[in-house]
Amino acid sequence: MKPRFVGQPIKRKEDPRLVTGASAYVDDIVLPGMLHMAVARSIHAHARIKSIDTSRASKLPGVRAVVTGEEIAANCGQLPAAGDIKNMKRPVHHPLAVGKVRFVGEPIAAVLATDAYVARDAAELIQIDYEELPAVTNPEKAVQQGSPILHEEFSDNVAYSFGWENGNTEDGFSKADTVVKQRFINQRLAPVSMEPRGVIAAIRMPENELVVWSSTQVPHLLKTQLGLMLGIPENRMRVIAPEVGGGFGSKLNVYAEEALVGYLAKKVGQPVKWIESRRENMAGTIHGRDQINDVELALKKDGTILAMKLKVIADIGAYYQLLTAIIPTLTGLLAPGAYRVPALKFDLVAAFTNKMATDAYRGAGRPEATYLIERIIDIAARKLGMDPVDIRRKNFPKPAEFPFQTSGGVFYDSANYEKALDRALEVADYKGLRKKQAELRKQGKYMGIGFSSYVEICAMGPSIAMASGGWESGTVRIEPTGTVTVSTGASPHGQGQETSFAQIAADELGIDMENVTVLHGDTARTPYGIGTFGSRATAVGGTAMYLALQDLKEKMKKFAAHMLETTPGNIEFEVGKLVMTGTARSVSFMDVVTSAYVAKKLPPGVEPGLEATRFFEPSNFTFPFGTHICVVEIDEETGEPKVVKYVAVDDCGNVINPLLVEGQVHGGIVQGISQALYEEVVYDENGQLLSGTLMDYAVPRAHDFPMFELERTVTPSPVNPMGIKGAGEAGTIGSTPSVVNAVVDALAPLGVTHIDMPLRPEKIWKILKLGRAS
Amino acid sequence: MKTIKKSRTRLEKAHISLRVNGESVEVAFAPHKTLLEVLREDMGLTGTKHGCELGECGCCAVLVDGQPVLSCLALGLAMEGREVTTVEGMADGTSLHPLQQTFAELGAAQCGYCTPGFLLTAKVLLEKDAKPSRQEIKEALSGNICRCTGYIKIYEAVELAAARMRGEQAEPAEETIYGRQ
Ligand code: FES
Ligand code: FES
Repeated sequence: MKPRFVGQPIKRKEDPRLVTGASAYVDDIVLPGMLHMAVARSIHAHARIKSIDTSRASKLPGVRAVVTGEEIAANCGQLPAAGDIKNMKRPVHHPLAVGKVRFVGEPIAAVLATDAYVARDAAELIQIDYEELPAVTNPEKAVQQGSPILHEEFSDNVAYSFGWENGNTEDGFSKADTVVKQRFINQRLAPVSMEPRGVIAAIRMPENELVVWSSTQVPHLLKTQLGLMLGIPENRMRVIAPEVGGGFGSKLNVYAEEALVGYLAKKVGQPVKWIESRRENMAGTIHGRDQINDVELALKKDGTILAMKLKVIADIGAYYQLLTAIIPTLTGLLAPGAYRVPALKFDLVAAFTNKMATDAYRGAGRPEATYLIERIIDIAARKLGMDPVDIRRKNFPKPAEFPFQTSGGVFYDSANYEKALDRALEVADYKGLRKKQAELRKQGKYMGIGFSSYVEICAMGPSIAMASGGWESGTVRIEPTGTVTVSTGASPHGQGQETSFAQIAADELGIDMENVTVLHGDTARTPYGIGTFGSRATAVGGTAMYLALQDLKEKMKKFAAHMLETTPGNIEFEVGKLVMTGTARSVSFMDVVTSAYVAKKLPPGVEPGLEATRFFEPSNFTFPFGTHICVVEIDEETGEPKVVKYVAVDDCGNVINPLLVEGQVHGGIVQGISQALYEEVVYDENGQLLSGTLMDYAVPRAHDFPMFELERTVTPSPVNPMGIKGAGEAGTIGSTPSVVNAVVDALAPLGVTHIDMPLRPEKIWKILKLGRAS
Repeated sequence: MKTIKKSRTRLEKAHISLRVNGESVEVAFAPHKTLLEVLREDMGLTGTKHGCELGECGCCAVLVDGQPVLSCLALGLAMEGREVTTVEGMADGTSLHPLQQTFAELGAAQCGYCTPGFLLTAKVLLEKDAKPSRQEIKEALSGNICRCTGYIKIYEAVELAAARMRGEQAEPAEETIYGRQ
């Protein structure tokens, strides 16, 4: 049966409710008797709490409860943090601070009131007496002796150190004709989903069940962890992720506020709501990146890479959130990028500092790797006098070498790096661009061409590599009237799987998409699952559904064979019916469904009903790849780098819905370019957050970008039966280095070899002004 | 008619009359509330979203007397006698506004949270200018932040809607929906 829907740009099933404002995000949900929570937060980066006076807050009319750290510590577990890294220090992390605060925005007390306005007013009336302590915001200083210690139960601020070596690095360096070194700063970013976080919790009878609505990417994990924290058996917990307004990793977590809302709802027996303000979001929702990468690359003079040394200092902030500890370790896995790097030594030190925790932000540990390898290879090319294209081509593994084992310790599933590169060169007209660059240089103008031939780790992932399992689940139920309900353990929040999963189910069963409904995000309506992150929802979650569909098809074939008096092997699915191969004989889809439910003539050994659940455990990650080419021109007056052309050739394996893939790529590229040019979370040296609003934190806006020229190559992944690699993060991962490479290329005549992100006009202006690299 | 009455809670509620999405309504609310809060909390019109409540993101854009206004910065009290349009009022009965249709056709919404603000801002643009250039569209929408889409599909959706509103038989370009392979 030819697919009717898979591969087509099907309009999203989600959109009718989104374009009419009919959808319900957490803050749109109102429950009878609902109370509102507000949080009093630390104004200091590091301080002892001498006393907390809640009396004025408690007296405000409408206030129902005020809770502080002691009460919560006595009644509620600590925030969960994954990772079993040897010698990892695990600081105490209560939902409300006890005794000490360690970053600006840390929750200290929570107020419950009849409306949100009273709650916020009351939170401001809580008087907190602090003894300020010296703060440390520089991770290198933080790990030095004599630095202020965040967690006094430990002797220093080293959260953990970690490392490994694959291959013989020293040998590689000893044979090298040339060695290039560079320090790269991968600055701290804020995820900034447009919907801030929000939580509602309510005890529901008759089950005496705690129902939590949270703007989350991981409802099932949240259910397990909140149940543990609150001491509620998991079978009396239900978590619902309603419409979620973007996450980008920031909602892949278990946050203090989720526990507090649950605790208070249980305590007062009334529903409780908390909605994050944007300021709270900037200060108290996880940040991303924030690594210092010291890289050394050893090469032969023909450009062949021999070995690499990578030292990472990760500034993880004051506490671990859910994946804080794990994210920087991913950087090592992907450090060789799309190249044959025979030996790699990876050393990582994670430092506690007086800042919000870093955690998963779109790409999560992999953009840092891509950035450092794509930058250092350009630096090497320049030193060797090679074209950046040639050095990349020289070190690509060939398609026949896949699965390709890297010195990062992983097996790349499938790829044709050269094909994507060649296509990008053609689309961009590389020769023409270099010619134009030469002409502009003669006129004293600065134009640069930057490459990024990235690979990334997607479809997370085999369970061995993931703290709480890397599988995903899917249930397919064909109802007695022939409609189909798919429920997935993944939890999409803008990616469009209600559509793409329905495309797959409709094609497999030969029915129309209108007859398929995809449920997600409610732990009571879906099988236990892991969630949506790491570009995994379709490649892993979609595969679980695909396997359940195959089970149902086998079962339906048995019914059809019984009805047609043949064997199941002779039955095929067609649109609306099951036919006996090579004959005109068939039974309708509906007749088979009916016979499975009325169950009067069951085939021998076959049970009634049509429902199947499968759990898919992938054997590996998938590794999407591609080449991005960015062209910038620099305004000599202002130093502003302007992206004038952007070509991306991406390969995310087989595509279910090109409309959705394009959308993921666009959004990803913009986020990645924006890291290169604009975004940065800034704390001053006292740990005050200077980028606390959207005026100070530069999220890109509609007028900032040129048109992108996007193409795809398709290299199916062997890791799952549909050949999908995943598309959620590639844009972000691939784009950032191409922009920086382009700006450095533009300024190369001035002797510039590196500039740290974000490439703000004033930095470039200074270089232009000084006429050389500073 | 603007009157302030004692309500049963300690707060005095303001009462105003206005037109919302074409209907005359009266509403009572705590006088400190912004238009955003009145719409969402006192009128049950939750289609209007908030992303900052500081005038920085455009999620809360609505139309007041046909002009885009950031509802998080406008006081509810100032709405006496005004005509307010929210995303719930964009469709004409059951038929969607062309912008709503093209946003859906091109995948210009992902998480959808910013979408109402973009739709209303773009609606005013197209009422003023039937054929805005790409640059004019970008400028008109530069006060609205979308973190998901990278904006490109949004520009394309506005252009497609504009063409249809001019009476052209416009369809999305193949490349726009299939990508290039
Ligand atoms: S909520 Fe009004 S501009 Fe952001
Ligand atoms: S669609 Fe998510 S912010 Fe625009």
